[in-house]
Amino acid sequence: MSAFSAIGSGEQDEEIDRDAFTPGIEPQPTWCPGCGDFGVLKALKGAMPEVGRSPDETLLATGIGCSGKLSSYFDSYGMHTIHGRSLPIARAAKLANPDLEVIAAGGDGDGYGIGGNHFMHTARENHDMTYIVFNNEIFGLTKGQTSPTSPKGHKSKTQPHGSAKDPVRPLSLSLTSGASYVARTAAVNPRQATEIITEAIEHDGFAHIDFLTQCPTWNKDAKQYVPYTDVQQSDDYDFDVTDRREAAEMMHETEDKLHEGEVLTGRFYVDENRHSYGQEKRSTGEMPEEPLAERYFDDDYEWERSYDLLDAHK
Amino acid sequence: MTGSELIWRIAGGSGDGIDSTSQNFTKALMRAGLHVFTHRHYPSRIRGGHTYVEVRAADHPVKSRGDGYDFLLALGDSFARNPQASGEAYYGNEEAKPLAENLDELREGGVIVYDEGLLDASEIEDFDERVEENDWHVYPLDLRGLAREHGREIMRNTAGVAATAALIGMETDPFEELMNDRMSGDILETNITVLEEAYEEVESKDFSHDIEVPTGEHDEEQVLVNGSHGVAYGALDEGCRFIAGYPMTPWTDVFTTMTQHLPEFGGIAEQVEDEIAAAALAIGASHAGVKAMSGSSGGGFALMSEPLGLAEMTETPLVLVEAMRAGPSTGMPTKPEQGDLEHILYTSQGDSNRVVFAPGTVEECYEQSREAFRIAYEYQIPTIIAIDQKLSGELVSMPASVFDREPNPDLGSVLTEEEISEAAHHESGKYNRFQHDPENGVSPRTIPGQSGGRFLASGNEHTPQGHIEEDPDNRVAQVDRRTRKLEAIRDDLDGKDTSQQTPYGPEDAEHGILVWGSQQGTVEEAVDRLNDQGESVKSLGVSDMMPYPKKEVTEFLESVDECLVVEMNITAQFRGLTQKELGRFGEKMSSLLKYNGNPFEPAEVVEGFEIQINGGDEPPNAQVRIEPAAGD
Repeated sequence: MSAFSAIGSGEQDEEIDRDAFTPGIEPQPTWCPGCGDFGVLKALKGAMPEVGRSPDETLLATGIGCSGKLSSYFDSYGMHTIHGRSLPIARAAKLANPDLEVIAAGGDGDGYGIGGNHFMHTARENHDMTYIVFNNEIFGLTKGQTSPTSPKGHKSKTQPHGSAKDPVRPLSLSLTSGASYVARTAAVNPRQATEIITEAIEHDGFAHIDFLTQCPTWNKDAKQYVPYTDVQQSDDYDFDVTDRREAAEMMHETEDKLHEGEVLTGRFYVDENRHSYGQEKRSTGEMPEEPLAERYFDDDYEWERSYDLLDAHK
Repeated sequence: MTGSELIWRIAGGSGDGIDSTSQNFTKALMRAGLHVFTHRHYPSRIRGGHTYVEVRAADHPVKSRGDGYDFLLALGDSFARNPQASGEAYYGNEEAKPLAENLDELREGGVIVYDEGLLDASEIEDFDERVEENDWHVYPLDLRGLAREHGREIMRNTAGVAATAALIGMETDPFEELMNDRMSGDILETNITVLEEAYEEVESKDFSHDIEVPTGEHDEEQVLVNGSHGVAYGALDEGCRFIAGYPMTPWTDVFTTMTQHLPEFGGIAEQVEDEIAAAALAIGASHAGVKAMSGSSGGGFALMSEPLGLAEMTETPLVLVEAMRAGPSTGMPTKPEQGDLEHILYTSQGDSNRVVFAPGTVEECYEQSREAFRIAYEYQIPTIIAIDQKLSGELVSMPASVFDREPNPDLGSVLTEEEISEAAHHESGKYNRFQHDPENGVSPRTIPGQSGGRFLASGNEHTPQGHIEEDPDNRVAQVDRRTRKLEAIRDDLDGKDTSQQTPYGPEDAEHGILVWGSQQGTVEEAVDRLNDQGESVKSLGVSDMMPYPKKEVTEFLESVDECLVVEMNITAQFRGLTQKELGRFGEKMSSLLKYNGNPFEPAEVVEGFEIQINGGDEPPNAQVRIEPAAGD
């Protein structure tokens, strides 16, 4: 019998619904009224039944900030980690037990600022996991400082003269770094968000979602309030999501337009052919076929000893 | 000193194969029945520069590099020379260093073999006078020429080893055997030709020195290992199957040893983007139910301060290695120091509950690496193994039986699914992962994927289910419980049959020497010499840095009149820790400190001790410092 009997049970359980991922009596979200983070939570809870995963077979790792609290309000195994570090923690958990459904989430400061290095390398390695970045173009929990995605000229207590920096372009960065699924969605469209999260979880590789979330308290001017266009639903945008160059062009357009007042959302790049990191490692023999974590519960497994290595030292 | 011994030094430039040549020589000596101990000295540079390896071989067990040495094989620094420009030196007079730099420590009556194909003794001022004064026996040989003639220039190492063997009365068989193990085809054949030709050439000469290889016999089969092997093999035997790291000297030795073997052991090794990620990966793997480790050296370990705190707060088992080198900042990458003790003990924010072991020998590296895993997983706490560049790289011979132990893949305080179903859950359905009540502070954990075990591991202060909570009662209960673990670990370690502290010398000795980490063996040799000279001394090698072994050290200090504390740093960090933990004995302890990039030699400890006894405060030499006792 499997040591992790929760894994695989979700698919058989047709009863799973959004409530299955809602913690019982506590805690209640402490996000501000009108916060876009509620939209992420709702979309994620909606996606899980679609992919047929149960709370016990899911690990959600989050960073620090308002976004980091997602793991408190989503009922699964969780790790609320440190600022910017959810990715290295999540990807190791996936390597240790590839059967786990691993999702990481963080904010724009968390994911594109302090954790930028991890973002680049996790995308490059194409770990089979989903990464949701709450992008509200502001630091929320530390009370309204300029973030890496704040537009140029944005004024805040830390940039009183207006930011002199161009914002990070998360989609292009993600594509360049090597993510095999890149999408943008927004809290104001829960249906699209749910679909995209579902797809991202089902995608076999690193799926990055730049999730636009409005911050009604600190960033009232944020572009997330303006009408958005779903590129897959619009006749104006015809491009091949599996073509790197076309995807890159669309991403540039999206990122330019975001600050011109038009928000384009949807799937921008999907590569179904690239092997995930785990698959690559297994194919070169760098990683066992069976989940490593299972072995510790297998009483019959014969553990090798260092004594077997000593011939080289004699 | 009992029995006979030989200390051989091979010197050259980095990249000239000094390391591999000395390893083969060391192994040959071990196979011949001798106990061996090596000391590596190398610059932070890939090619060229002064590098040497010292090999001490004896018919009795040896614990340090010893003082000085008997035999110099000076190969010359081929990288100091521009091969295109008629032998003109690249780096001034650096090419002569393998000969010039090593003369100070060569003992009277010693032997010098140097490669006259590369080195010119006449360039060294006073060379002839010093040779005469010290009764050195000098054998210039054109090793380069010999190698060229019978093979390739790089084989001058082989020619040098053959010359050594001929001069000290060793057969060539063990060298040929070793070459057979490592080479094949053309390369093997030409190497053997070079070996034999050089051996014959030297053997035909007359020599007048009386340096010879000791003869010995082992009671049981020996292996040649260093501290990095000890740590890595201890981890493997304890069921560690995941490592994440970033290269940094000297931690790289542990990292690469693990990385080479983990795939064949069915484990996973990851070289990642930085040390923050490395420690975070180890935490992620451990959280998901795999025994995991990471590590670094000073600067890289500084980056791990943040994930270290996360492991403490989320009570995720984590084993880190800190292989110290001279600091601060980048310091001296290839030189040992024990300057990171306080960094290891206190880094990361908040009241912390980590465990720190500093093994004193290669064998202790193995033992305490295993113990670090046991404690980490049983008590859900980060444990740190503190070694240094000396311990990590020095090869020593020891019985293979040291490693002949059962594996222990036990994950420690983890529930099975059956136990989870019977355990108390919060009414929200979450498992009470961080319960307040356990006596030893350890609240059993569950692994993601286990049915009914879900909880949140948060770096914020949290409820028993892991949710963020700043309620004062909850805060106090959680802090108290986490802190109780350290007391429980202290009781656990105290209650074991064997202590990790190593007493040495006569129990009723009048005086004491306290030492920690890699200097333990050197101090023990000094203790033997002092007692032979009529002093009354014993030592205690302390390995437990946190929790501190208060009882054992108190008993030791109470039993002696005065005590010398030996460590490789300038601020007497271990003495400071001892005073802080015990709250007394300040007047009994003085320090012998060294921080020039080289470990202590036994003679320095002997002299330092004599000065302490005689009440002086002048250090034994300019490279060593005496810090008097409080009130002196």
